[in-house]
Amino acid sequence: MSVLRSERRAGAYYDSIVLMQLQSALRDLDGIGDAGAVMATAANLEILAGNELLPDGAAEDVSDLLIVVRAESEDLGDAALGQVDELLAKRDSGTGGTGTASYRPRSLEAAVKAAPEGHWVQVSVPGRYAADVAGEALDLGRNVFLYSDNVTVDDEAALKERAARKGLLVMGPDCGTAMIGGVGLGFANRVRRGAVGLVAASGTGLQEVASLVDQNGGGISHAVGTGGRDLGAAAGARTALQGLDLLARDPDTRVIVLISKPPEPEIARRLLAAARATGKPVVVAFLGYAPPARHRGNLHYALGLVDAAELAMALQDATAQELTDGATDTAGNERRYLRGLFAGGTLAYEALLNLRLSLQPIASNLSADGVERLADLSRSVGHTILDLGEDELTVGRLHPMMDQELRLRRLKQEAADPEVAMILLDLVLGDGAHADPASEIVAAVSDVPGDGPEILAVVVGTENDPQGLEEQKEKLRDAGITVFGDLSQALERIEHKLAISTTTAESEVPLAALESPRQVVNVGVEVFHDSLAAQEVDGIQVDWRPPAGGNEKLQAILKKMKG
Amino acid sequence: MENIGKANQEALDRLMEARPVLTTVGRASELIPALAEGRRLLHAGPPITWDRMSGPLQGAVIGAALFEGWAGDENAAREMAAGGEIDFSPCHDHGAVGPMAGVTSPSMALYVVESDGRRAFSNLNEGYGKVLRYGAYAEDVLERLRFINQEMAGLLADALAASNGGIDLRALIAEALHMGDEGHNRNKAGSLLYLRHLAPLVAAAAKDQDLAARAIETLGANALAVLNPVMAACKLMADAAHGVDGSTVVTAMARNGTDFGIRVSGLGDTWFTAPASTPDGLYFSGFSAADANPDIGDSTITETAGIGGFAMAAAPAIVSFVSGTPEDAMTTTLRMYEITLTEHRHFTIPALGFRGTPTGIDIRRVVELGVSPMVNTGIAHREAGIGQVGAGLVRPPMECFEKAVLAYAERYSL
Repeated sequence: MSVLRSERRAGAYYDSIVLMQLQSALRDLDGIGDAGAVMATAANLEILAGNELLPDGAAEDVSDLLIVVRAESEDLGDAALGQVDELLAKRDSGTGGTGTASYRPRSLEAAVKAAPEGHWVQVSVPGRYAADVAGEALDLGRNVFLYSDNVTVDDEAALKERAARKGLLVMGPDCGTAMIGGVGLGFANRVRRGAVGLVAASGTGLQEVASLVDQNGGGISHAVGTGGRDLGAAAGARTALQGLDLLARDPDTRVIVLISKPPEPEIARRLLAAARATGKPVVVAFLGYAPPARHRGNLHYALGLVDAAELAMALQDATAQELTDGATDTAGNERRYLRGLFAGGTLAYEALLNLRLSLQPIASNLSADGVERLADLSRSVGHTILDLGEDELTVGRLHPMMDQELRLRRLKQEAADPEVAMILLDLVLGDGAHADPASEIVAAVSDVPGDGPEILAVVVGTENDPQGLEEQKEKLRDAGITVFGDLSQALERIEHKLAISTTTAESEVPLAALESPRQVVNVGVEVFHDSLAAQEVDGIQVDWRPPAGGNEKLQAILKKMKG
Repeated sequence: MENIGKANQEALDRLMEARPVLTTVGRASELIPALAEGRRLLHAGPPITWDRMSGPLQGAVIGAALFEGWAGDENAAREMAAGGEIDFSPCHDHGAVGPMAGVTSPSMALYVVESDGRRAFSNLNEGYGKVLRYGAYAEDVLERLRFINQEMAGLLADALAASNGGIDLRALIAEALHMGDEGHNRNKAGSLLYLRHLAPLVAAAAKDQDLAARAIETLGANALAVLNPVMAACKLMADAAHGVDGSTVVTAMARNGTDFGIRVSGLGDTWFTAPASTPDGLYFSGFSAADANPDIGDSTITETAGIGGFAMAAAPAIVSFVSGTPEDAMTTTLRMYEITLTEHRHFTIPALGFRGTPTGIDIRRVVELGVSPMVNTGIAHREAGIGQVGAGLVRPPMECFEKAVLAYAERYSL
């Protein structure tokens, strides 16, 4: 027969690692079957219930410490609870040192003062306090590694905006790992330094790629974690974009790996544009996304994390491609949109799936994530891919492979649009298809002026087709149309010309952010402080407590009294 | 609210730029209008009534009633006090401060400290052992009081009159901090510096050589001789910082043996009080924590002004007295930097690279960080008439500061 004995301590805050150590120490005591030491949050009470450790009537109060033991008898249970203070006190010993060296500041401000050479602050306090602590670190001019989770999306966006304005980075929230100048923050593997830089919205993804690079004999320059939600719409991939920009400028980084669970298409587009703009080989590992090609310009699409690591190793010695050749920054240009006028439905769809990652906004009469549905089929909006073979457009007329009338009219319409930079066409040859599509197209574009849009054509067919592959191409070329043998080449050309990153107005993060930190301030989980010591980095641990002892009324007043 | 920062800067500038000088010694009834007539006593800490007074404060009241000749014996004094025949008022309300019970009666002598037309007062220190400030009122205690407040006080007034403008206490404190004092519980160096200033003046001014010798002997034997002028100096500095609209700087911390109270620059004369806690410390032989009275005295004015417990790092030797290690002394001062707004321009600590002492307690920081000021203090016996039983450390109750923050929110409509 076992009994539950418990003790509740109001307003007593301890970090979870300390409580876990307390739990395990309690379990080791005589006559104790199981023990729980948790802050009395709803989630924790549920966990206690699951372990049959929930005392009757235990109420939720996030600032209360709840200690429960399941003991063989009441006496043994009470004896165990009686040792709690002693067990908690044990952790404080062994911090040795004399004078100011062993002093643990209570406030972040004092810690930052004590670490004049530290440009990073690690934050792992409970979520509802994390944004305030991270914000304070930013105000003190420090970059933030934000391990805490349960930070609201709004707070995250606000923090990142504040950081970007100040030229600082916020890695996280919910960022598990990062490496800055050879120093691991949070949970980090011990990898050698090298030429591969990482930007990752996935902590374990980062660790896996970094470890594989190390195992393959390579090394990591820096690894920027972003936190899982950075690639969401609210945060707008701010940290990932800052990371790419930093690694682009960092002389130690020769190849960049960009790791994420599938981002939203608009975010993916911005990231890929920024990746292109780095001018360095970028391995893109968007898990769950079908790679559009093996590579496009300086972007190399990985099939998975293992592939990403191998690609990075292979690319780290490649010379930087000449990426800006022929490309123009189309931001502010009037001619900046692509119009795709397809006869072949699958070709249209493939183009759409590819281009939605590089051109936005993009619209179509086909449906796909990240693609706007064209409201009025007779009018293109922004970048537009039109499948002219769709049922709604073939009512009462032949398929455009046979009858190009509609396409030719549309071609003239697009060519006259001053916002159009490129028009992409497909010519599908073969028996049953139009006898000479090229001539009709050439005629249709004959009055497009020299400063009009560039016309691109992909020709699908063989030399034995009745129209003759080379003959058709020749006609197009002679009319000044750029001809491609497959869609992929055409898309590469389009992305190269139209998908250049637009520069943001935000202040860029100085490269100094990546300097090897000599001092790091740690607020929260002590294990991260210990791991700094193991790396021979001077860690300053803040003896953090919830403000005003967790009293929310006072906290609210104090916020108004800042300044 | 950026004007909080501005208001605090104004308060801190005033606090640090006040330059208290000990100019003379005078009669309380002549210096403090409220003591000019009737039966009124000043006491340490926030306001309190006889029935709530702790043992040592009641003892000091009895002693003062006997000293003034208002009562012939203890019982008569008690009846008089209980019967409402004596008015009680905090020293702080009259520009004065007193250590421990702080009881100040009309015919007692007061140090006068001045700066820029501002004045502050404190009574004269009686030395160690069974003394009025710890609630002792036996005949020998009264005898000693008479000597100090009459013969010695007159001589000190004459001596100071002959000085070149008085004794600069801000300079004296700054020097003492470099000699191992923290200015509250340890005033060995400061008291010797004080004696060094006074002795030649006393010798020159004395018409009676025996009195001169006795006065110098009395001052020299008392390592707390300078505590009272130092407290008056701190009171003057804190008062200079008081009354700045919007400021969150603490301008008084004081205990009456029952309640701990604080005042805040931007919150008028309201006391924010909570039950005083019992100091944690070392006891003289024959005494234990069971004998200790809750925290008492106005001497926390030293911490309010940026010395005392806040300057512990300057006084590593004191740790053996208040139980602790030299490292604790260092840690204490470092901790106090976190709840204060500035580092003192004139009071510095050699061991910290001559960093200024933590100055200007900010109620916001105290409450936000949950760090209460650190106070060094003597410990009084809980019964009247026994005296000091030990010394140690005490933290003001957080409740005082929380109440002040709530009052601030109300006053400034936050």
